[in-house]
Amino acid sequence: MKISYYPGCTLKTKAKNLDRAAIASLTALGVEVTEIDRWNCCGAVHSLTADDLIHQVGPVRNLIRAKEQGAKKLVTLCSMCYNTLARANRIMKTDEVKRATINRFMTEEIDYAGEVEVVHFLTFLQEEIGWEAVKEKVKVPLTGLAVAPYYGCTLQRPADVGIEPFGSYSLMTGLLEALGATVVPFNAADKCCGSYQVLGSPAGENSAGAAILNLAAGAGIEALATSCPLCEYNLGKQQQLMLEKGRIAKNIPTYYFTQLLAVALGLDSAVCHFELNTRISVDLLKDKNCLAAA
Amino acid sequence: MTLTITAQTQSITSIEKLKELSGESVKLCMQCATCTGMCPMAQEMDYSPRQVMHMAQFGLIDKLAGINTYWKCASCHACSVKCPRGIDIAKVMEALRQQVLRKSKNYIEPSRLSAEQVAEMPQIALVAGFRKFTS
Repeated sequence: MKISYYPGCTLKTKAKNLDRAAIASLTALGVEVTEIDRWNCCGAVHSLTADDLIHQVGPVRNLIRAKEQGAKKLVTLCSMCYNTLARANRIMKTDEVKRATINRFMTEEIDYAGEVEVVHFLTFLQEEIGWEAVKEKVKVPLTGLAVAPYYGCTLQRPADVGIEPFGSYSLMTGLLEALGATVVPFNAADKCCGSYQVLGSPAGENSAGAAILNLAAGAGIEALATSCPLCEYNLGKQQQLMLEKGRIAKNIPTYYFTQLLAVALGLDSAVCHFELNTRISVDLLKDKNCLAAA
Repeated sequence: MTLTITAQTQSITSIEKLKELSGESVKLCMQCATCTGMCPMAQEMDYSPRQVMHMAQFGLIDKLAGINTYWKCASCHACSVKCPRGIDIAKVMEALRQQVLRKSKNYIEPSRLSAEQVAEMPQIALVAGFRKFTS
């Protein structure tokens, strides 16, 4: 099976651990991944004002690249890229007036009318591979790891691009269960981590992020799995500082779900780039005998 | 909260402009405060989303200009998905931000971010933040 893939900027650098673990896992599952040529930044956030079309040009250009390169589906992984691409695609598919304006503006490009389907990696795994097939390939089950799926905002909202309905976490739950982990229900799985507010607030003072980590600790969750580099930054990388400042009571290791997938498939841990995670994340997997001790 | 509404405090044009920018009608709001209950940032806001909707309904532009609510909004859409009146409140917050930013005023200055912050933060944080906070 072949797929066209849009990585996005963060996954090439600061979230290599999300990207590389995903590609290696797909290869192990028999999927050939082709990164689309000449992709650009997705814009990170969708423009919410009715008259702002210029910020749709970036994501639409990526969709045009995919169309030109013959892709019917474009698989993407970062939650923010998924949201921005899927929402721009929806405009091009459903809004005739905006579609005409955008196409007219991009005179150097072929016309685009939403022909490419934007698919999140989790949806792709479930629809095209299936949890049973994943389970059969598991070599290192994540036995005893009490993990919760953490979706944040952009995987589910708004409803017309959500990978599943608001309040439902079946995709990541299905995957984590297939990997042998114990999935703990988490009532803050769709609460926002604070997102780009990190730019305007002092480090370690993120109240939205602290609330999520405290709720996770209270629910007996050992670790959180995410698909967003900004969630990982706010909840993972900022965590030690939040602990030092007394905003949270206890550490909760955070992972990208693709890292847990790669570990369970028994792949070389180098593909997971754990050096980009916090130390406690690596230690927990070693404690659970899922990673060889260094 | 006491709102003073007189011909001097109320701007009918601002109500129309907000509708044009956001595509949403704040008049639909029935003040149930579900948005405030859903908002992950409410505790950092000086006025709750419900209060802001109320100010917007009456076109209190001077009052709206001095508050931090829409700058603390993370555009997470938790309010929008639960609004019983079907208002996309995140779009109203964006329109309030844009009304300031389109006058070439920045809420944060990129040059004041430390080199460490820039080196450490994921690109999506920087791009998203600049899109929301700078003109």
